[in-house]
Amino acid sequence: MQPNMVKLNTRNQNSFWGILRRMPRAWIGGCLVLLVVLAAVFAPLFSPADPLQQFREGLSATGTPLPPDGQFPLGTDHLGRDMLSRTLFGARVSLVISFIANTTAAIIGTVIGVLAGYYSRAVDSILMRITDIILAFPAILLALGVGAVLRPSIPVAILILTLITWAPLARLVRGQVLSVRERAFVESARCIGARDRRIILYHILPQILAVTIIWATVSFASTILVEASLSFLGVGVPLPQPSWGNMIFEGQTRYRIAPWMIIVPTIAILITTFGFNLLGDAIRDALDPRTSQRL
Amino acid sequence: MTAYLLRRLVGALVVIWGVATISFVLVFLMPGDAARMYAGPRAPEATVERIRQEWGLNDSLPVQYVRFLGRAVQGDLGRSTRDGRPVLQAVIERVPVTIQLALAGLSVELLLGIPLGIIAALRPGSLIDQFTTVLSLVGVSIPQFAVGLVALYLFGFVIPIFPLGGYGTIAHLILPALVLGFSGAAFYARVLRSSILEIANEDYIRTARAKGLGARAILNRHLLRNALLPVVTLIGLDLALLLGGVVVIEAVFGIPGIGLQAWTAIRNQDTPMIMGTVLFASIAVVGLNLLIDLLYLALDPRVRLNAA
Repeated sequence: MQPNMVKLNTRNQNSFWGILRRMPRAWIGGCLVLLVVLAAVFAPLFSPADPLQQFREGLSATGTPLPPDGQFPLGTDHLGRDMLSRTLFGARVSLVISFIANTTAAIIGTVIGVLAGYYSRAVDSILMRITDIILAFPAILLALGVGAVLRPSIPVAILILTLITWAPLARLVRGQVLSVRERAFVESARCIGARDRRIILYHILPQILAVTIIWATVSFASTILVEASLSFLGVGVPLPQPSWGNMIFEGQTRYRIAPWMIIVPTIAILITTFGFNLLGDAIRDALDPRTSQRL
Repeated sequence: MTAYLLRRLVGALVVIWGVATISFVLVFLMPGDAARMYAGPRAPEATVERIRQEWGLNDSLPVQYVRFLGRAVQGDLGRSTRDGRPVLQAVIERVPVTIQLALAGLSVELLLGIPLGIIAALRPGSLIDQFTTVLSLVGVSIPQFAVGLVALYLFGFVIPIFPLGGYGTIAHLILPALVLGFSGAAFYARVLRSSILEIANEDYIRTARAKGLGARAILNRHLLRNALLPVVTLIGLDLALLLGGVVVIEAVFGIPGIGLQAWTAIRNQDTPMIMGTVLFASIAVVGLNLLIDLLYLALDPRVRLNAA
């Protein structure tokens, strides 16, 4: 019992979670992410009002938005709606869209990367050309193009985000597979007669997973940013459904009389993206201690 | 060497062809009738039909596709459904504004990022090094359009140092360029830092030190010239991202470049204009990347040897 425990402890110290636990970055990032996730999950509970309700008392006598005050802790917007409630419900929309898009993109990117890296030159060059084509589009412009063709809605926003997110990961994964494929254990597996499917699933994929996880965490932040930009430009989440991007869009023409209309959602976005970037950075170092020494 | 260049060129052409095809498909899928939109809702059906004939909208998909490619090769990217102007002409008119903004953003990235990266690498673990690390995380976390608006509010309205958006003078350019370049600057600093630290362990640096060269000479003549190579690569990778940022920043600051034009086109459902802009920008990105590859060949003899 005694030696066992010691052994367990040393393993814990150097395990992924052990390293992660000792990083302040991981804690701060994790807390920020948790804060946003909780805000999103319990939005109906925390919100003082319905995010779509237009309060008569939410506008001043001259019809301008109200600054942060007792009844409206973060102020109101140009229609007299409660900014706090809209920001909380906006967290829901932003997180759900980014989560679905990012997960789908992670799967597509990994599959295409593995196939391109593992199989012959023909498969590789076809898949990588497709990847190059997507990468050649400035992402926002491609999104604007697709958004102009399809009527803006949440599923369309998810589709657009997925479309522009998977390509860099495919590149990354392909590079990893190219080097893993040549390693001795893959060769031994092939020698004992393992089929491609088995080699990919049991020998190559586990080696790739770390890359995908790091990428997915960091990419989550940029997906949130792109989603906000798209909603701001009018091809993302359609009004009156609140998302951080379209809230800023609504505040764009009114920031001189109601700066909180742009400042509140901006801070919400910053908290989220900074949290995910901190966490992603910490996970990268915990999974690959070499980079933390070099960087 | 020639074979390498040829392969790169063919690759770039394939990518451009793919970009053009996707653009075409999107234009083709566009909801609504382009001819009707151009003619206006009250135009008689005969007029609309005439425009349709003129633009070849009644032809089958493959016929339209081949014609689209044929025209695109000759520089004809279609016409705006809004005012019937040739898209390429409209884009080219606005391009100088966008190039100006992109260059200003890139300058901020490099002028801020390179010194910061060098300082951080020279004193690893120091306060400024840690500051750079945090800054790079903040940099990739900021929503440029939102921070642009807040900056406009703070430095254009509360403390009126800069004009409230618009275009024309250097003063108009400073705030958007800073917002645009900030994220990239932190990123460049980080890449340069790790690249310097890696090269600092190379044999030739030790040789330089052994023969008694001063720290400044080593840095200028041996370290930086090699450490800056990844930064060149990064500029190529960054271009598409930078252009995307430019689009949003143009919309925020009301700068009349191709981004603002594309955004206006979206409001007008002017799909040929949007896709023309997308196609133009993508070709520019591919072309510039090819150029950077060539630059790389010139800068790094090792690449030249491997490519041969």
